[in-house]
Amino acid sequence: MSDTALFVAVFLACIVEAVEALTIVLAAGTARDWRSALTGVLAGLVTLTVIIAALGPAISSIPMGGLRLFVGGILLVFGLQWLRKAILRASGHKALHDEAQIYQTELAMAEQATTTRRGSVADWYAFTLSFKGVVLEGLEVAFIALTFGSNQHNIPLAAIAAASAVLLVTALGLALKAPLAGVPENSMKFVVGIMLTSFGVFWGAEGAGVSWPGSDAALLVLIPAIGLYALVLVALFRRDAPVRNPSVPARTVEKVAAS
Amino acid sequence: MTAKLRAFGAFWYDFIIGDDWRVALGVALAFVAAFAVGRWTTVPTWWIVPAAVAVLLPMSIRRATSPAR
Repeated sequence: MSDTALFVAVFLACIVEAVEALTIVLAAGTARDWRSALTGVLAGLVTLTVIIAALGPAISSIPMGGLRLFVGGILLVFGLQWLRKAILRASGHKALHDEAQIYQTELAMAEQATTTRRGSVADWYAFTLSFKGVVLEGLEVAFIALTFGSNQHNIPLAAIAAASAVLLVTALGLALKAPLAGVPENSMKFVVGIMLTSFGVFWGAEGAGVSWPGSDAALLVLIPAIGLYALVLVALFRRDAPVRNPSVPARTVEKVAAS
Repeated sequence: MTAKLRAFGAFWYDFIIGDDWRVALGVALAFVAAFAVGRWTTVPTWWIVPAAVAVLLPMSIRRATSPAR
């Protein structure tokens, strides 16, 4: 159960973030310079690898009780952030993710920027746009994969889930040469939010000394209960929503970087 | 240098804590409460963290949807 949940949570989270990073890289490459954009992707992946290589052993060295509390706390805070945004989107209080529109916005911004050469990078704007996109979108997934994986003593499975998601999105992106607007990102974020929150509650409470009724089987109640509660909140908050599905871009990398 | 350190700190604060610091504080307090109740009483403690989530989530959404923001 937990290994399947680990794979599903990391895979879905990674798909969502990879789709967002792909949109940014496509915009940088199409509007500017593919070589600089791909160099930015490579530099971003190297940065993420260094962060994971540094944090992985540090997290794994925490004693089990403290690890569950730390991991549970991080997952619960992340999960509540994901779930909060997902509920705000589903209830019409926040713009739904629309990769096609975000792509057009990024493209327009990239076309207006001036070209500057730095060292061996022909177009610094394309490089930094891709670099920021990969690092910012990848960092949260790296944290989720590391914390989930270390707590389950199965970082390799988390890595496989993350790598397969990235490879799938990259292959689809190369085949289509367009943003993956058909991916149900909003629903996937909702599911990831529910899973992160559920596991955060379970592990965090265990780390604080709680004994769950039914032990691991408590997750079989927690996950659907939190999912159902989230759906109830969507229904409640939808009643006073100002706009239904507003078509304003929810994110650009510039907004992410500025936050 | 100070500005860079501040930006670095702001990035990690935003990354870990997010839009609503009260949620992170509430989660921390729920863990402390679960630990304290389990340590010094015989009352079951499994319900404390789920109950905290049930309160924190709608409160945070309410703050985000409030016209005063």
